Amino acid sequence: MRVRVEQTPLPGIGVRHDLVTSSGRTVGVVSHRNGRRDLVLYDVDDPDSCLASIPLTDDEAEALADVLGASLMLGQLAGLRQQVGGLLTEQIALPAGSPFVGRQLGDTRARTRTSSSIVAVMRDREVIASPGPDFVFEANDVVVAVGTRQGLDGVTAILAGETDD
Amino acid sequence: MHGTTILLIEVGALLFALGMLGRLGRRIGLSPIPLYLLAGLAFGHGGLIPLSASEEFIEIGASIGVILLLVMLGLEYSAGELVGNLRAAAPAGVIDALFNAVPGAAFAFLMGWDWRAALVLAGITWVSSSGVIAKVLGDLGRLGNRETPVILSVLVIEDLAMAFYLPLVTAVLAGVGLIGGLKALAIAVVTVLAVLVVAIRYGRQISALISARDAEALLLGVFGLTLFVAGVAEELNVSAAVGAFLVGIAISGPVAHHATEMLSPLRDLFAAVFFVFFGLSTNPVDMPPVLLPALGLAVITMLTKVLTGYLAAQRVGIALPGRLRAGLALMPRGEFSIVIAGLAVASGVEPGLAPLATAYVLITVVSGPMLARLPDYEWFKTFIRRWRQPSTPPVRPLAAED
Repeated sequence: MRVRVEQTPLPGIGVRHDLVTSSGRTVGVVSHRNGRRDLVLYDVDDPDSCLASIPLTDDEAEALADVLGASLMLGQLAGLRQQVGGLLTEQIALPAGSPFVGRQLGDTRARTRTSSSIVAVMRDREVIASPGPDFVFEANDVVVAVGTRQGLDGVTAILAGETDD
Repeated sequence: MHGTTILLIEVGALLFALGMLGRLGRRIGLSPIPLYLLAGLAFGHGGLIPLSASEEFIEIGASIGVILLLVMLGLEYSAGELVGNLRAAAPAGVIDALFNAVPGAAFAFLMGWDWRAALVLAGITWVSSSGVIAKVLGDLGRLGNRETPVILSVLVIEDLAMAFYLPLVTAVLAGVGLIGGLKALAIAVVTVLAVLVVAIRYGRQISALISARDAEALLLGVFGLTLFVAGVAEELNVSAAVGAFLVGIAISGPVAHHATEMLSPLRDLFAAVFFVFFGLSTNPVDMPPVLLPALGLAVITMLTKVLTGYLAAQRVGIALPGRLRAGLALMPRGEFSIVIAGLAVASGVEPGLAPLATAYVLITVVSGPMLARLPDYEWFKTFIRRWRQPSTPPVRPLAAED
């Protein structure tokens, strides 16, 4: 599970970080002193040379980090599922006809009614972590909830509008 | 006309011409160094247009150019980087020195020159051009490659070795003999070690003296300090260039970063003047007789550089294509070789040295970056693949390749 990120100083230029993925590919980032950074992908045939070196602006690097970070967070949440006995994490898609589209999270009163917490909402490949009670749902949102099996089923039912409000 | 007016006209026309040349070079993917050298050859002694009024000005500009080249080099590396690198790559540095300095010295003896000229020529063939090579690696998108740290560490060691070599050469050329040279070398070793220790321990305090916030004060502070230290070093026969290099190493952190930005345009200006000056002091009539020897020397020492890169990359477990890439990338000689040759010219040790060094640098700096591209061509890769696995038949199933 632990990934080894190797750091190599490039005197006069900056530093390179790279890692070998479980699929055997090597990816790296060359960070220049002047703030520029390149994403580098290594050749399969010749693992010493990079196949592509893609310069990223600050905004692009941030966006890429966000996308990767979002999927990372979900992975960690999934890992949590196995760690805490009895406590489950589930992704619940907001059904198309949900009464909560356009309404605030607080309106669901999910925590009071099911003892389960909505810990994150995924929208457009982005993760909104720990949304507050005034968070407004939109269509196609995916809710990440933590709770017992019974509680999570309750949240699913609430979001689907299957309970009497 | 007044002397100053002529000077303005000459320097102005010269710099403008250099600007146009540099632009031309960039368009055809050539480093501006050979073009500046050629421009220098075209003017001055025995050239098309003698630059009489501005010669003194250009000479002073050239020595500032050397100092700026060196201080920028020092600024690029931190003291910690130098020491850490020295530990990791010292064997590669020794291979590099042996393989590339020895042929230069042997060549000088073959030409019937004395040992001082041999010492100078050894330095000229030893040192690769870190500026040109770093640019080539960037242009070819190889900064992420695994052999790149190997190339860079060879360059760093060469640059650090210059801190010992230049004082030795300066002293020897000053006519103090070998004993005097060794004394200068000892002074240099002590000074360099002291500066490295001080820079690692107190780098922050030194940099704090020069505030990074005020751009103008920073420029004047760093530039002034560099010139001052370089002058004092020269007075002590330790070579002005090394003094400047050490100032660059001692400055670190944000001050170094801002100083690099501030000094870069100045460096570009004065380094261009330096290359032109070197060309100016070489009479083009002296060039044709040394062309063939220079070509021979270039071929030999470029091959030894390939071998150096090959062995250095092999040491850290790089595969064959990467070793060849490292070797081919290390070939160009440039600014440092000219700096060393410049020292020799100033002391008039061997009249044939300057034209030989000019021709030598011209050949390596033009052909080196072109040859460095070789490993990227498909036919070269195929050739290497066949060579590595002669037993496997090259017949492959027809794969859909796009």
